[in-house]
Amino acid sequence: MARHLASHLAQLVATLLVATAAIFVLLRVLPGDPAVVALGIEASPEALAAWRAEHGTDGPLVAQYLEWTGGLLTGDLGTSYVTSQQLTPLVVDRVQVTGILVLLGMLIALVVAVPVGTLAAVWHRNAGGVTLSAVSQVGVAVPNFLVGVLLVALFAVRLGWLPSGGWSAPADGFGEFWRHVLLPAVALGSVQAAIITRYVRSAVLEIMREDFLRTARAKGLTFTGALVRHGLRNAGVPVVTVVGVQIASMLVGAVVIERVFAVPGLGSLLLDSVGNRDLLAVQSVVAVLVVLVVLLNFLVDLAYTLLDPRLRRAS
Amino acid sequence: MQILTRRRVAGTVVALTTAALVAACSAGSSGADGAARTDVVVGLTGEPTNLDFTTTSGSAIPQLLMNNVYEGLVTIDQEGEVQPQLASSWEVSGDRTVYTFTLHDGVTFSDGSPFTADDVVASVARVQDDWTLSLRSKMDVVQKVEATSDTEVAVTLKHPSNSWLFDMGTSVGAMFPDDLSADLATEAVGTGPYTVAEVAPGEHVTLVARDDYWGEPPAISDVTVRYFADANAQANAIRSGDIDMAYNMQAPDLLAGLEQDEDLQVIDGTSTGEVLLALNNAKPPFDDLMVRRAVLYAVDRQAVLDTAWAGHGELIGSMVPPTDPYYQDLTGAYPHDPDKARELLAEAGAEDLSITFDVPTRPYAEAVAQVVVSQLRDVGIDAKIVPAEFPAVWLDKVFTEHDYQMSVILHTEARDMLTIFGDPDYYIGYDNPRLAQVAERADEGSPDQYVAGMQEVARMIVDDAASDPLFLFPNTVVADAALTGIAADATTESMDLTGLRWSED
Repeated sequence: MARHLASHLAQLVATLLVATAAIFVLLRVLPGDPAVVALGIEASPEALAAWRAEHGTDGPLVAQYLEWTGGLLTGDLGTSYVTSQQLTPLVVDRVQVTGILVLLGMLIALVVAVPVGTLAAVWHRNAGGVTLSAVSQVGVAVPNFLVGVLLVALFAVRLGWLPSGGWSAPADGFGEFWRHVLLPAVALGSVQAAIITRYVRSAVLEIMREDFLRTARAKGLTFTGALVRHGLRNAGVPVVTVVGVQIASMLVGAVVIERVFAVPGLGSLLLDSVGNRDLLAVQSVVAVLVVLVVLLNFLVDLAYTLLDPRLRRAS
Repeated sequence: MQILTRRRVAGTVVALTTAALVAACSAGSSGADGAARTDVVVGLTGEPTNLDFTTTSGSAIPQLLMNNVYEGLVTIDQEGEVQPQLASSWEVSGDRTVYTFTLHDGVTFSDGSPFTADDVVASVARVQDDWTLSLRSKMDVVQKVEATSDTEVAVTLKHPSNSWLFDMGTSVGAMFPDDLSADLATEAVGTGPYTVAEVAPGEHVTLVARDDYWGEPPAISDVTVRYFADANAQANAIRSGDIDMAYNMQAPDLLAGLEQDEDLQVIDGTSTGEVLLALNNAKPPFDDLMVRRAVLYAVDRQAVLDTAWAGHGELIGSMVPPTDPYYQDLTGAYPHDPDKARELLAEAGAEDLSITFDVPTRPYAEAVAQVVVSQLRDVGIDAKIVPAEFPAVWLDKVFTEHDYQMSVILHTEARDMLTIFGDPDYYIGYDNPRLAQVAERADEGSPDQYVAGMQEVARMIVDDAASDPLFLFPNTVVADAALTGIAADATTESMDLTGLRWSED
């Protein structure tokens, strides 16, 4: 277990090094001078020079990189070029928003996908299963921002039940929080539900052909009993892999959903910062995303060993 | 200003429904049944990055703060006229170089300190010394500012100026406390009726009314300004009742639907923003007067306005909006005449012209560019659209490097004709030495000479086809029909919220 952890830690550090260096260089190649963007068209040349000196964007790149990564290690992401805000509290705040959105979206996806996918597999020979399968196929093809736009049109604009956008932190009252989080979470989760349904279906189909399931039935278990007690756990491994990958992709998908619903999350911060050439903020958000994805992979690995004791013994 | 939708008839019912809806939506509302609401939620696109317009350019900050949080000695009203604000009156000397302002008594800043003549002296000096924006040049004409008593201040100009007093009603005329200890980026300390209560980046800014405001207190005590990433989100919010007023809406296709809604009013206010088809006068092919004129004959501005912006807006024909004192109708200078355009191009030896068209990634620019390109193709100019990410890439490539042939951009600043065409080093590259002379004489002359001189300047620019002002951008406001006192005519960058009031019936 310890060796497992160490290898993951090494992987995290290596990924971070590569990712931070890559994003740092890429951002410097991008056209657009952060000083001009920050100060705008009315800034005098002296003001621009003073700004570059103050923010250190006129120094050598290596020094800028080292200063930034040094700050990262101590948890200090620096100060935004544009808003002069401390980035660490801002990013922490935004991670919570996006985290809630993504996890809730995944929860909705799983609550739908596991039963529906299982049923689609069990009924794969009859009309019900084919219908479920077809619906999930269509669901996969729908972009989540479209779901978002449709949800807003129906529930916010036409029916007026829920706000069309914005955010309310759980700490500021749970009722308001739910009203704001529901539509974006459903928009984010619904497409994932369709994708995961397909994986659950094929995993369960696979399991249904396995010998151990036949043995379980031979022992006298009903089909449903065998499937629930032995089948689903075995189907879990591939599904967990997909869930891990999909959570990572939802972090990215959240960028669009946050835009549609005016949710102040990590994605909105990233987009605004790219637009403003707030290079430090962009770097910070990307670094945080990399950490999250690597952590996620680690958790997925951990989940395997919980689901499948054979993997535990092997390591 | 044109009100497009009728006030609704069944006011009471809807007002109560709205009150209930808002009570359900926002915890902070105090809508006791029957009594008019004292809060309002305003939706905007284009969020300010901080609160300091002395070092950060762009209209987002003064839009939010001027008149609401900061005030000047004078202000600019809805007709574009100078009106008293912190100065109760002023006198101008016979040679028009000395302005003596009498200040209101009992005015305090939001930090509690009294507003006196010393603050005026310090505020003007600060523009000259500390402001980092080129806007500071608007105070270059000031020779000295003297506090002759606590409530009287004399400003001496180097020479008479017709534009200076107007500028004092814009952000450069904002009054700050003498001993400024606050960090203006995060804290706004003004004399206005509101203070900034909360800034939630990416979400909203809230303003609350001061209880020690010197003037008449505003009817609305709590203002939430919510910022949206795009006009569609803003439109959804007004349709669903999440916001009470969508200011400066930039989604003309959605307006037709909103106009049908009886609970909403749609107002097309004027603005000082000209959508300019910019031609690089310093580079081929637009260093050739005939080619520039050909473009102006080739472009059908009415069609551009109708197609790209659903007819919301106004043709102006020059860089002068109708609310400026020196406005003249120059819309007839280049009637749509493709034959004439082809003729001029042939004369210039520029048939089968291929150009690049740098289009900033903004809805209005992208919409306009499509129409312009098809009209230019009609006369044999092949314009290739190159998207330029706005602001970063556009500012870098077009504005700073002047590395472009044709572009289109919205110039929002009030009275910006001389900024854009008076400086040969500006990105337009229009170099007319006579212009500066005429403009200077006009500024120093009598008010009549000022108008005549500035009109001459406008005509010179149009005559030389320096660029093509396509249309005046509308300041479109969509609001709950029960909201009154909306200052929809944006004669400066300020969004004046102080007159807002919910109708009682």
